[in-house]
Amino acid sequence: MAEKTRDHGEQEAAPETAEGAAAPGDALVVAENVHKSFGRLEVLKGIDLQVRRGEVMCIVGPSGSGKSTFLRCVNHLEKLTAGRLWVNGELMGYRQKRGRLYELRDSEIAAQRSDIGMVFQRFNLFPHLTVLGNIVEAPVQVKRVPRARATERAMELLERVGLPDKANAYPEQLSGGQQQRVAIARALAMEPSLMLFDEPTSALDPELVGEVLDVMQDLAGGGMTMVVVTHEMGFAREVGDSLVFMDDGVVVESGSPAEVLSNPRHERTQAFLSKVL
Amino acid sequence: MSGPGSKEPTPGRSAAPITAVPVRYPERWVAAGIILVLAAMFVHMLFTNPAFNWPFMLDNMFSEPVVRGVWVTLSATVLSMVIGVVLGIVLAVMRLSGNPVLVTVSWTYTWFFRGVPRLVLAVLFGNLAILYSTIHIGLPFDNYWMPWLGLEGDARFFEIDARTLLTGYTAGLLALSLSEGAYMAEIIRAGLQSVDKGQTEASQALGMSKSKIMRRITLPQAMRVVIPPTGNETIAMLKDTALLAYVPVTIELFYQLQAIGTRSYQIFPMLVAACLWYLAITSVLMTGQYFIERRFNRSGRGTARERIVGGAH
Repeated sequence: MAEKTRDHGEQEAAPETAEGAAAPGDALVVAENVHKSFGRLEVLKGIDLQVRRGEVMCIVGPSGSGKSTFLRCVNHLEKLTAGRLWVNGELMGYRQKRGRLYELRDSEIAAQRSDIGMVFQRFNLFPHLTVLGNIVEAPVQVKRVPRARATERAMELLERVGLPDKANAYPEQLSGGQQQRVAIARALAMEPSLMLFDEPTSALDPELVGEVLDVMQDLAGGGMTMVVVTHEMGFAREVGDSLVFMDDGVVVESGSPAEVLSNPRHERTQAFLSKVL
Repeated sequence: MSGPGSKEPTPGRSAAPITAVPVRYPERWVAAGIILVLAAMFVHMLFTNPAFNWPFMLDNMFSEPVVRGVWVTLSATVLSMVIGVVLGIVLAVMRLSGNPVLVTVSWTYTWFFRGVPRLVLAVLFGNLAILYSTIHIGLPFDNYWMPWLGLEGDARFFEIDARTLLTGYTAGLLALSLSEGAYMAEIIRAGLQSVDKGQTEASQALGMSKSKIMRRITLPQAMRVVIPPTGNETIAMLKDTALLAYVPVTIELFYQLQAIGTRSYQIFPMLVAACLWYLAITSVLMTGQYFIERRFNRSGRGTARERIVGGAH
């Protein structure tokens, strides 16, 4: 089944690859000295990162290292305390005018977010809507796509994540792995240029992890730009273009996955990897 | 591990069913006997005590003003609940808005209307015309700023005599629905807060606006928590419409029954008639509540599965 979805993905995502190729090397996400504090607790202590178009970046690190918080800063679910963050050349959450920052209105932030898909650890599907309802909700409500067209597109996406027969089921009737695949389809329905994954397989039973990773790998193969917070080192090594190791609110080490995983330079990276590998 | 766990499972071995003498509870039978005797005495009293005057009650219970009173009671219940729910949603959203003024206003409103007995509110609103003999619609504080700007006259567009607007029924309805708004606000707030924060985050991440998230995601999920207590509130409201008699609303059910009782010196039969009427209507409402809750649980969770699976065959 995984093979099948992969084929589908490559056909569908072809235009995205072309788009990515049109602007090679330019960064889709730029984080500059990003700080985030909750009260007196400083969770992010100056993150500098760049994610190129089409790149799959995996962020690993011990729990509490700030990797999820950073991901939530990217789509402004968390407000930065200091620093700047651009997605697609747009400053997230603010407008800069004559050296001053102005907060964006809720509707403007919503518009920025609609271009960024996010997949959560706990799926967060809407329990009162069917699988199909979950997927068409945002395109119909936010983008004003006609329902018939949104439904057609939703069925294509369900095909792509391998769940075409679950369109009329409710989320609670699905296994965790199936729910997470629906959540990915829901995010893709907005046709985002960037996908954020916040520990997408951490809440899953071990035997269900593979089906979600397969879908993500297919997505990566289609040229989607992805930032993935994960503990799946195998996925990071095979699918990731780059690997970032975070600890205690800073980026300790980054580079190609093979390099970082097999030859970590930093002591803290070595200590962490010795526990998880 | 050794022992029974390590053995191969052997399904389908037969065993003789247990036949044992059950424990007896004689004291329960004694208690039941005493209660039966008391119940028999009560029923006997119902039929023999002349104060009940059943024929008189039956003759007057369905008289025209009483039946009209039933309709007034029903309409007051429905209207005050509808206004109460709308008011409750507004107050709950204000309370959760995070704006200090809105939060304080909502909190104060709830504090006042939950703190004052409904009977007192009913009488208070019945006498509201003392406060305002006429009600003006216009710009506020015009008597201060119009002279200050050197303008003459007033900024009032039209006026209503309070005694026309605040007739007994309107005043009573206002008292009940404003009070209900305070209770519904708490119920709806609890409902909204019961929805997982991840739902809002997922909607935000999809680019949905705040009002859309409220209408499309949060409120529908809050309904599951909100509906059962709202059913209880409706039934309580039906009983509380009897308070309208003290506004006074003369066309109301309890007022009418009492009036017949006082006029004919048959007070007790008419009070029994009131009990029977309210019991009958609340019984109907309770049945309705049972079906609504059953239906709602089905579409919400659990048995949705049966519907889908059943539909697929």
